[in-house]
Amino acid sequence: MTGSSPQIVCDGLRFGYDPRNPDMHFDCVFPAGRITTLIGPSGSGKSTLLNLVAGFESPLEGRVLFGETDMTATPVSDRPVSMIFQENNLFAHLSVFDNVALGISSGLRLAPSQRATVEEALQSVELAGFGVRRPAELSGGERQRVALARVIVRSRPVLLLDEAFASLGPALRRDMLELLIRIQRQRAMTTVMVTHFPSDARFAASQAVFVSGGQVLATGSAETLLDPERTVPEIRAYLGGSGGA
Amino acid sequence: MALRDDPLNALTTRDGRASVLPGGIAAWIPALFLGTLAAGAFLPLALFAGGSGPGELLPDPVVWRSLRFTLYQAVLSTALSLVAAVPVATALYEFQRFPGRSLVLRLFALPLALPQIVAVLAITGLYGERGVISLAVENAGLDFPPVYGLTGILIAHVFFNMPLAVRIVLGGMSSMPDEYDRLSHQLAMGPASRFRLVLWPFIRPALFSAGSLIFMLCVTSFTVVLTLGGGPRATTLEVAIYQALAFDFDPGRAVLLALLQVLVTAAAFAALTRAGGEISSGMTLGTLRSYPVRSSAALRTGAVLLIATGTLFVLLPFVIIIWRGLAAEIADLLGQQSVRDAIATSLLLGAGAAMLAVVLAYLLASSLASAAARRRFSGTQSASERLLGQTGSLILVVPPVVIAAGWFILIRQVASPYAAAHAMVVTVNAAMAVPFALRLLLPAAMTETERYGRLSRQLGLRGLARLRIVTWPLARRALLLAFAFSMALSLGDLGVIAIFGSQDVQTLPYLILQRMGSYRTQDAAGLALILSIIIAALMIVADRGSASQTARKTSRRTVGDRKPT
Repeated sequence: MTGSSPQIVCDGLRFGYDPRNPDMHFDCVFPAGRITTLIGPSGSGKSTLLNLVAGFESPLEGRVLFGETDMTATPVSDRPVSMIFQENNLFAHLSVFDNVALGISSGLRLAPSQRATVEEALQSVELAGFGVRRPAELSGGERQRVALARVIVRSRPVLLLDEAFASLGPALRRDMLELLIRIQRQRAMTTVMVTHFPSDARFAASQAVFVSGGQVLATGSAETLLDPERTVPEIRAYLGGSGGA
Repeated sequence: MALRDDPLNALTTRDGRASVLPGGIAAWIPALFLGTLAAGAFLPLALFAGGSGPGELLPDPVVWRSLRFTLYQAVLSTALSLVAAVPVATALYEFQRFPGRSLVLRLFALPLALPQIVAVLAITGLYGERGVISLAVENAGLDFPPVYGLTGILIAHVFFNMPLAVRIVLGGMSSMPDEYDRLSHQLAMGPASRFRLVLWPFIRPALFSAGSLIFMLCVTSFTVVLTLGGGPRATTLEVAIYQALAFDFDPGRAVLLALLQVLVTAAAFAALTRAGGEISSGMTLGTLRSYPVRSSAALRTGAVLLIATGTLFVLLPFVIIIWRGLAAEIADLLGQQSVRDAIATSLLLGAGAAMLAVVLAYLLASSLASAAARRRFSGTQSASERLLGQTGSLILVVPPVVIAAGWFILIRQVASPYAAAHAMVVTVNAAMAVPFALRLLLPAAMTETERYGRLSRQLGLRGLARLRIVTWPLARRALLLAFAFSMALSLGDLGVIAIFGSQDVQTLPYLILQRMGSYRTQDAAGLALILSIIIAALMIVADRGSASQTARKTSRRTVGDRKPT
């Protein structure tokens, strides 16, 4: 599927954790093959929107379209999506190699050529030789790199990141973003990245979607939308003092 | 008697100082009490030291046969409970949208609260001669083994412990990070891979702790073995102790049996602690995911069948208790003086035991909480804190029947042991309930100390004032819950009263045992229903308490994760 990444359309999605009170309403487009950042105050519904796209939540109304295909009712496992969470992306009881290999065979039955693919993926995230280790023996940044290696072997056209690097320090976060950008460019994955660091969003993303109070308030190019001088008042209030961070 | 009264006096006179010195003297009151009570089990050893003591009884075949059977039935019961629990728990975990799932989980919490004697009646009604199930099996042209003996003991133990294991295993699976569940579905794992790679690593440790806990419970199983076994081929150490005192009057043998029992339970308890298990685990359950996943119709059917079979196995005994109980002459029973006396005695002793258990457990809990608060900066547990944490569990190593037997032999040296029945039932049943009450009270005590410990000290709030202003509003629910649970436990106990009971002092379980013994099964069934109704009323109170606690937890999580702030 590489190379033909779909755009993702959230068409009139209504959702609420209490179904009697669908207090969230999302309409937005994530352009094909680009990195879009999803920003907004905490509790605004960023992760919920991501979970709706991944299929972990089901909307009460509206459609999720991958290209022309309506995926609203498609089970999680049948969507062309890889997702990276803030933590627990790796099964603690499996080796690094097995954790990556799960992206190829969910039963861990690999042909020799597939084993080589796993090794290559580990190499490309600069973790060659780490295959035998357990996740607990790795640093937080290394664990997220293993998760990226699995994204590589899975080669799904859509990548969702839910504050994937939020618990890392600034310098490490920058390294991880560079790695992410490299992987994304090679495969042109449609990528949606939730972050609460405007600097990260400006660094990595070309598009931005601003969510507040369960609504999409603004969409546009990351450069314009995240510039305190040029943006809408709500985003300026959100960026506040951290606008330059 | 004097020995046992001491700690009680200390409890009341030092109550005021208890709060002034958190973790000080107050901490050691329950420890001293429980220690003294347990020591009673060993003191008779001294009486026999040197004389014609237990040593001469070592070659006694009864002793070794009951030791062998104790271990044999416990191993079998544990294995059967676990083997049955894994598929049921997995089906319940994987089939989140199973209608009535939460009802099933509630049902699975009930056997623990059901008095063993009542369960035994139900099991003989189902699987005994002309029982509902044994008849059905025989009508199908098959043989059903006689319920008295190993078969009945195993059925009863699986009835009590399979649901417990299911709840512990489910608890283990719900400790799995939410992301694992999501990942495994996103990675499109099949059921076999999902079980092997994702679920099993969380089931396995839960099985260890469930297994060691169940083994512990079965090794000290008294009522079930007394009523369903009891013959020479199916007698456990505890039942042999009872028989040595009640029928043969052979204190020497009773002491030797008690010693062996303590060795066995101590070993089992050590295993339980190593396995990270807890006597009161399985009392809480986490909440779980609900998002669309693909599962085949065959898998869903299999899950439904598994859940239905497990549910029926646990549910039927309750149905038959109600059915048989209603067929009895309840009004006639309630008119009998002996029944009314037994109800009054049961309620009185149960309430006394529950009160004592709650006081002891709260003293322990607040001491542990303040000890934990003090080491916030130093990190490691001190030896005395560890010891304190263990005293609550002392009753597990020295079981009620063993304690009762010890004190029975001791008191007999100076007075009629039957006169001490009330005091013995209250104190030993209280000790029995302490581990459970402690588990319920510890979180409340931790909160109280963490939030308001320093503030209270600064404001000079102590003693009753602190109890009224700080502790009670904060821990009220937990205290009521612990009281209800302790009382239910005491109401259903047959161990102590079996040894100390007489024509003058009878509780409901004791009366049921008597009526069973004289083949008045109808009466026994009616009494069992009365006892069950009393306990059900208590458990409803307890359930309300825990339900509102869960609600609070859930709302907090919702606020943290979901609501816009």
